[in-house]
Amino acid sequence: MTAVIDVHELTRRFGRFTAVDAISFDVKAGEVFGFLGANGAGKTTAIKMLIGLLVPTSGRASVAGFDVLTRAEDVRRHIGYMSQRFSLYEDLTVRENITLYGGIYGLSDAEIRGRGDALIEGLGLGHASLERVAALPLGWKQKLAFSVALLHRPAVVFLDEPTSGVDPITRRQFWEMIYAAAARGTTVFVTTHYLDEAEYCDRVSIMVDGRIGALGTPDELKREYSDATLEEVFVRLARPAA
Amino acid sequence: MNTTALAAFMTKEVRHILRDRQTLTILLLLPLAMVVLFGYALRSDVNEVRLALVDPAPDYATAALRGRFAGNDRFRIVATPATTAKLEPLFRRGDVDVAIVFEPGFAARLAEGTSARLLLVGDASDPNTGSTMQAYATAVIAGYQAELGSAGAGVQIVSRTRMRYNPTLESVNLFVPGLIALVLTLVSALMTAISLSREKERGTLEVLLVSPLRPWQIILGKVLPYLLLAFVNVVTALLAAWVVFRVPFRGSLPLLLVASMLYSLVSLALGVLVAAVTTSQRAAMIGALVGTMLPNELLSGMIFPISSMPDWLRPVTAVIPARWFIVIARGIMLKGVGLEYLWRAHLVLLLMLAVFLALAIRSFRPRLA
Repeated sequence: MTAVIDVHELTRRFGRFTAVDAISFDVKAGEVFGFLGANGAGKTTAIKMLIGLLVPTSGRASVAGFDVLTRAEDVRRHIGYMSQRFSLYEDLTVRENITLYGGIYGLSDAEIRGRGDALIEGLGLGHASLERVAALPLGWKQKLAFSVALLHRPAVVFLDEPTSGVDPITRRQFWEMIYAAAARGTTVFVTTHYLDEAEYCDRVSIMVDGRIGALGTPDELKREYSDATLEEVFVRLARPAA
Repeated sequence: MNTTALAAFMTKEVRHILRDRQTLTILLLLPLAMVVLFGYALRSDVNEVRLALVDPAPDYATAALRGRFAGNDRFRIVATPATTAKLEPLFRRGDVDVAIVFEPGFAARLAEGTSARLLLVGDASDPNTGSTMQAYATAVIAGYQAELGSAGAGVQIVSRTRMRYNPTLESVNLFVPGLIALVLTLVSALMTAISLSREKERGTLEVLLVSPLRPWQIILGKVLPYLLLAFVNVVTALLAAWVVFRVPFRGSLPLLLVASMLYSLVSLALGVLVAAVTTSQRAAMIGALVGTMLPNELLSGMIFPISSMPDWLRPVTAVIPARWFIVIARGIMLKGVGLEYLWRAHLVLLLMLAVFLALAIRSFRPRLA
């Protein structure tokens, strides 16, 4: 399998503070990659460099086969992104949000209609497609936002804490959607604070103080640190001095 | 170029605007309300001067002058006290604006050819109104003097004044161009700043920046729907000014509309800049008010003439967009002049637009700092 995300010695400094310190890793096509780390460990900075919101200080990275520095336009066309905050427009209807993002990603009207129908049916939102998004419960909103981020069939989708604040049942459904997307060949790059969720990932990396402290499948990591759960591994790594 | 992306984005902007009914209604009625309110309230001409006349020894000359004041629309004689001492309480109570005191033997002195004297007292607690009222009174007296001069033999120099472009000195004529500037600033700068900072606050802007939309497309998509709204506002304001106040329109309407859109674009770019440097809707709103509304209102010559500003402040007004727009709007509406006189102001606005737009697009680039 080829690497869809290829990161080499990627570094970002803010003044004298090094937020991301020469990290290297790769993510293969169709993989669900968990990107973990305590608050302030440099996760957000790293993601921002991968999706083209921040220019690296040094090192290089390619996403979907394009260099993030020199081919940012192409990177943007081939990725989906769901931010920590709810990224749809509350005063537009479900259908209008779909039309908007379909249009922004250059889909034809027929494609938008076809994929939109399938999306709405898949989520069971047929009754609410003409309602404003503001009226939907949070769990539906998050699932809708994820589906919309996949509308243009990106090679990679970046999910920044997609399940914060939703109930356990919706979280389970959300992860089923993630697996379905990965099964269709979409690479999923996800950050989360829920370590039970991290167990669902094919591989996880744990960032500590701007570096990658550990990287491997959940089982490998547990074996390496002889801990029963990823949570114990995480706490051990995130608090090295203790 | 990817035009569907821009079209999709603009459709969304229009939906935002149409869906927020309350804001839209306010924005559409704003120019009407402003022109009517400001037109009636913000006038510097004085319509009714309350006059007191002290005439201790009436004769034919004072009677003639009194008759002139009585017959003048602007004056209303409210008191004729017997002595000057009685004037003081009238002024203190604010019952009288201007008092005229004739000296005894007024007609006799006039007939002798020596100067007849009268005292003109005005309430100048508001200096502008005070001097305006004095000027009105002086004009009435001068009119009588001129009549005497033409009837009598002696050579007299009679000066006549003609107030060009605004012969009846209607201050509403002067304010309407400024009001258009104010409405455009409000709709353009304030509304884009709020709309863009809302996207920033809610996190949708981040998603747009990660999409294939380019910064200039995001800015254009934000700006064009508001430009349309601004156009409707200019037309409303002009119609209201004409219907309610009969404000003259002497120049080219298309040129004024083009200039209005140019000014609107400058304000829109400023609004984008304000949103770029602020982090919340509230801060953007205050930033737009203090950064664009206030200077455009106070330093543009809209209310306070630039010529009466201190020397150090006058050059500062050159960077105020509304200052140039008001030059254009007054030139077109009141003087009926065209580009041959106004090209410089247009050029300044174009330059401002280029600079602000470049800065606005730059502010959207991924942060290098």
